Formats: sequence, structure tokens, C-alpha cells
Amino acid sequence: MFAFFAQQPATEVAVRAVGANMGRECSLRENRRMPSTARVSIQTEDFDLGAEIAALRAQDARVGAVCSFVGTVRDHHPDVAGQVTALELEHYPGMTERAIEAMVDEAFARFPLYGARVVHRVGPLAPTDQIVLVAVTSAHRGASFQACEFLMDYLKTQAPFWKKEQTPEGGRWVDARVSDDAALARWGIAARNA
Amino acid sequence: MKLSIRYFASIREGLGLGQESMQTEAATVGALRDELLARGGAYAELLARGRAVRVAVDQQMQDESAALHEGAEVAFFPPVTGG
Repeated sequence: MFAFFAQQPATEVAVRAVGANMGRECSLRENRRMPSTARVSIQTEDFDLGAEIAALRAQDARVGAVCSFVGTVRDHHPDVAGQVTALELEHYPGMTERAIEAMVDEAFARFPLYGARVVHRVGPLAPTDQIVLVAVTSAHRGASFQACEFLMDYLKTQAPFWKKEQTPEGGRWVDARVSDDAALARWGIAARNA
Repeated sequence: MKLSIRYFASIREGLGLGQESMQTEAATVGALRDELLARGGAYAELLARGRAVRVAVDQQMQDESAALHEGAEVAFFPPVTGG
């Protein structure tokens, strides 16, 4: 029996049930947002983690957990002689956005999320620069931790980005890692990249 | 049929070419790859079967059995390394 029913704004539908006897909330089917380009940004500009999270939470009182991951440019790859002085990010315009939108849809299907945001930078970057942001909101921490990791594992192996490191010895395309495929396989997705 | 072929990252760089239009009778991605390999030179080297080459058709990851159609956009690229 529903003790609580919430009709959310037009872009999302949430149905939540409260077990009255237990005094404990459980989710039947939480939020599914309609696809929107606002969930995904591919940009040369830097991003502000605080501002991104503030926008994602946006006065949504259902949110009890926010989890985010920020990837940064390392100054040295163990396999490369010398220092990495710069990193160039190439991508496949059009496919990149579609692939990440599909990943976010998959995250919403798997986890009870309220919001998700992915920002990936392209173009020239320097060591210590921020390169990628994944942020998700949910009612409880478990879903947000898991969805954040799921999205990053998916993104590392299925989104069409390529990194080229510049060192004093010249440029070098970064190799895909088998361990990234293994990370995605943990979620029951056997998609070979490396 | 006419296809739009796109190349990315090390394959784009090695070919010195980001995209091209191509007239072909290849019915599948595999047949198209064979046709490109037969050109020899950088194509034979960069698209060689022993190399890790990923393919997208109409911006969706596919394998070599994927069917082609008039106007399809086919992309060849190395394994992805984002994040």
C-alpha cells in the first residue's frame, strides 16, 4: 500500500513507497529522466565541481546522496620515458554524446537515481588539469557510489575518446587497458575494447 | 552504394585523412575492411587484422558482421582511452 505518492515535474516520474509498518522507505521504481543533452557536456572549457553539483541537486529535497568523480591529467605515464608535458584529447563528435547519453540511460535503468551529469573535456590539456566529471544523486549513498563507478567504468571503455601524450621525446597515443575492460565486466557487460 | 568513412586518432594520423566518401558493394563492415586493406600501404598497415581496430556504423559500436546500407557512416578507430 502506498503511503506516499509523488508526481514529479514533467521530465521525470517517481513512484516511491513507504513501508508504513516498518517505518522504512523502500523504492519501487525511482526516477527515470527523459534523455536530455543537459546531462552530458563535451567541452574544451574547465568545469566547476561545486557549481555542477549545486545545479544537479537544484533544491531537490529527495536527494540524500551526491557522489562525484573527477579524473585529472597525470604528469607521467609509467610506460613513457620522460615527463608528459601535455595531453591532447580527440573525440568523435556526435557519437560521443550519443554513447554517453546511452550510458546515462543505462545507469538510470540500473540504479535509483534522481540526477546524473557527465562532463568530458577535449582538446589540449596539461598535467593536473581536470579532464572528466561524473556526478550522480540518489536518495541513499549505495546507489550513488555504484552509479558513479558504473558510469566511469563504462565511459573508459565505450566512449569514443582518444588521448595523446606529448613528451620531450615526441607524441604517443595512450593504449587502452585490459583492466578497464575487466572493470566493465564486473557490471555484467562483456564489451571488448582493449 | 555510397558510404561516408571516418578515421580517428592513430588511424587518422597514419592515413593523413579524417574522412572520405567511398563507392562500394561491400555488404558488411568486414567486407569493407577487406576492400580498404586491399589498397595496401598505410591502409594495409593500420587496418591489418592483427591490430586492435574498433568500428562504428552510424555512430554505434559494431563488429565486422554488421550490415552496411546506402549512406551509412562507418568509422574506424583504435581502442578508446577516455576518462
